[in-house]
Amino acid sequence: MLAYLIRRIGQALLVMGVMATIVFFGLYTVGNPVDLLINPEDDLAAQEAAMARLGLDKPIHVQFGYFLAGLVQGDLGTSFVHNRPAIDLILSRLPATLELAFLAMALAVLIGVPLGMYAGLRPNAPASKAIMAASVVGFSTPNFWQGLMLIMLFAVFWGVLPAGGRGDTVDVLGIPLSFLTLDGLSHLILPALNLAIYKMSLVIRLARAGTAEVALQDYVKYARARGLSPVRVVGVHVLKNILIPVVTVLGLETGNVIAFAVVTETVFAWPGIGKLLIDSIGLLDRPVVVAYLMLTVFLFVMINLVVDIAYSVLDPRVRIRGGGK
Amino acid sequence: MTARADTPLARFAGDFVKSPTAVAAGIGLIVIALAAIFAGTVAPQNPYDLAQITILDGTLPPGSEGFDGFHYLLGSDEQGRDMYSAMIYGLRISLFVSFVAVGFAVMVGLVLGLLAAWRGGWVDGLIMRIVDIQLSFPALLVALLLLAALGKGVDKVILALILVQWAYFARTVRGAALVEIRKDYVTAARSLALPGWRILFGHLLPNVLPPVIVIATVQVANAIAIEASLSFLGVGVPITEPSLGLLIANGFDYLLSGRYWISFYPGVALLVTLVCINVVGDHVRDILNPRLSR
Amino acid sequence: MTAPVLSVRGLRTDFATRAGRLTAVDGVSFDVGPGEVLGLVGESGSGKTITGFSILGLIDPPGEIVAGEVVLNGQNLRGLPEDAMRRLRGDRIAMIFQDPMMTLNPVLRIDTQLIETIRAHRDVGREAARQMAEAALAQVGIPSPAERLRAYPHELSGGMRQRVVIAAALMLEPDLIIADEPTTALDVTIQSQILYEMQRLMAERNTALIWITHDLTVVAGLAHRVAVMYAGRIVEMGAVDDLLDRPAHPYTHGLIHSIPSATPRGERLQPVRGMTPSLLNLPEGCAFAPRCPRADAACKTRPEERRIGDGRLVRCHHPLESGA
Repeated sequence: MLAYLIRRIGQALLVMGVMATIVFFGLYTVGNPVDLLINPEDDLAAQEAAMARLGLDKPIHVQFGYFLAGLVQGDLGTSFVHNRPAIDLILSRLPATLELAFLAMALAVLIGVPLGMYAGLRPNAPASKAIMAASVVGFSTPNFWQGLMLIMLFAVFWGVLPAGGRGDTVDVLGIPLSFLTLDGLSHLILPALNLAIYKMSLVIRLARAGTAEVALQDYVKYARARGLSPVRVVGVHVLKNILIPVVTVLGLETGNVIAFAVVTETVFAWPGIGKLLIDSIGLLDRPVVVAYLMLTVFLFVMINLVVDIAYSVLDPRVRIRGGGK
Repeated sequence: MTARADTPLARFAGDFVKSPTAVAAGIGLIVIALAAIFAGTVAPQNPYDLAQITILDGTLPPGSEGFDGFHYLLGSDEQGRDMYSAMIYGLRISLFVSFVAVGFAVMVGLVLGLLAAWRGGWVDGLIMRIVDIQLSFPALLVALLLLAALGKGVDKVILALILVQWAYFARTVRGAALVEIRKDYVTAARSLALPGWRILFGHLLPNVLPPVIVIATVQVANAIAIEASLSFLGVGVPITEPSLGLLIANGFDYLLSGRYWISFYPGVALLVTLVCINVVGDHVRDILNPRLSR
Repeated sequence: MTAPVLSVRGLRTDFATRAGRLTAVDGVSFDVGPGEVLGLVGESGSGKTITGFSILGLIDPPGEIVAGEVVLNGQNLRGLPEDAMRRLRGDRIAMIFQDPMMTLNPVLRIDTQLIETIRAHRDVGREAARQMAEAALAQVGIPSPAERLRAYPHELSGGMRQRVVIAAALMLEPDLIIADEPTTALDVTIQSQILYEMQRLMAERNTALIWITHDLTVVAGLAHRVAVMYAGRIVEMGAVDDLLDRPAHPYTHGLIHSIPSATPRGERLQPVRGMTPSLLNLPEGCAFAPRCPRADAACKTRPEERRIGDGRLVRCHHPLESGA
């Protein structure tokens, strides 16, 4: 287990290094941030001073050397635009994204699993067909357009929910959270829903396929033969078995949620890391883009580990096999 | 040879028409593709010919008449472009980008996947390692960062899409090829020292094509969606060649003031296209892989 | 004779398949008395398992019970509302399935599955239910039951699992147990242990037992009476020794003579020729006629049940007269 962990972490470090290199040089070739950040009206001396301050006057391999040295120390450079350490900037925006992502995942599971199970248990019911058709549409609708349509309906036409922003937040342990205030929650609903719908469609498909398969198993018939209530049979015997694939796929999809949060945050002006990334790309704020990348790679590795652990908790057979080794 | 109904293609077509939904989606796709190809004739206006548009007709609601009596079926955008025409032209760009990208991605994936399966050893290890790493990241995010480095442009979007999609094909091709390689006739051919390319192209290629076709349909839909998302985020196609995604992005500002049609109709076109592809793709998968259908 | 625990009359269960409607259970009637073991014997596809599920009311679409009565202790179960039926299942009628590997839910612990069964039928607390479960495990000869309760099914051997399932069946002291080939998936030594255990427990408690099997040798040692099913119908029924010694139906005769141990050494085994017919196109009249050495023109009509001696029934136009 320990050897496995070390290997996983080693792999992750390698991936982070490769990605950092590609992105660093990639972004460098695009353009000179000086053009964006320095007032062209300034005299040459002022321009050079600014370049020196940002470290842009050095040759690229020297800059890359600084970058690597910083990376090892957990210093990902200073944002050209905000003049703050990039990592601080990202971390200050992270809670907003995580709040959004977690709520979206929760919605996807809490709504998607029951709908998928229903469709799996009653494949020929009209409601099941409607659920499956809706899931194809949910699967196919591009995220950003779906977000626009939510804004159009709820914010513009009906005027019941705000179109963007984060609303009031409450600090819990120093982390600002939206869902604890009514205003914050009203700002959170639409983006969370936007982020959730695609996952929900996926969960519906998984839950339906799993349920259809599990419902045919002997242990389900046996549970019924023991006189258990339908609620117990479906809610415990079937549910616990279909959760295994659902959790696995969802875990792997958590990374996708963070990726799609980029789109959702842009649509709803949600101040998370995704919006920060898009803004930073537009402004060629290189350190922030690189810091974002490093952080997401790190998150992905952690997520994969958590999925493996969750998997073994849900499936006792895996636990035994893992323990035996 | 003689009975035409027995060719794999005829059998495939026979299975396909059994599902009315799939047939409807297939017809929808053909109509969409024809509209995109013949955009010049189908669209009532060339939205990029400045002589044909006037800013005086800006943001007209659907069904309005312009100053010169032009009928704006789906309204107009802020430049006075007919949305219906802009949509058809946008569809053309979206489809062009994704089909070209998937086409190249299939080729790259085929070559590298077959190479990995055929050579094995460190070649296989290296290629599959890259595939694994790449597939562990969301395609949209990778494409976004690539374009952040590459800059805007139709060619660059295509390049980014190829770079994020080849891995799916490489993995599929390698898997299918490995199954085939273990069969006796390949071992026999190898021991006869037949040239490798004859086995590769004569035997392996036909066997790996069905799964590649299935993945390709899904990936065309993905490519369209990713391109649209990238253009919406402002790192995709340039303003001079607006795809559906860019049209939707342009309408975003007007949406908040209730002028929904600029974003709405291109989105519907996008959605219908994607649903049709996904329905057809699902059905093709069920036919080619009966094990998965239930 | 005491009143039967279960009395099945004219039971018929149909399945609507894509290829047409088929009758899996066709006019089945039998009684089981308290403490009695009825062996329900037949090849796979003969309708014996469907009969068991029909008694429990666990026939899912496209299947449907279309006719007949299932009377448990004087109460007709047919037409009983689903909720009342559910409360009978596992409580008054328990079922033991064939494969203990597949029967217990792999992701739930033994205690969870036993306790939920008790609490579905008895208004007891979790702790009391756990004690009942532990006692039930001890009763079927499971060592250190408290420990086994905390195990997951895959942590137990096949024989141990089947004991758990038997314990679950006995736990609530049902009137009737339906056991569907419960020992088929087990090793021979384990099989005989379980058979012995079942026999003891049934005698102790006076529970009625329907033992569904394809294996006549198991029935010979366990059952009091035997019903032989063929293509959805009971073709012969009677006391076990009488029936095995003097089979009246040619099919029963064939079954007995295809068992190696029943045939004297050196003599040829006589397998039943031909294949089990498809329920979708049964021959007219007697379903066994195409495979039957005694068949003639009369077999084109459906044979009715005939009484031949004490408690013996046969459904054949040309029954064998004496022991063959």
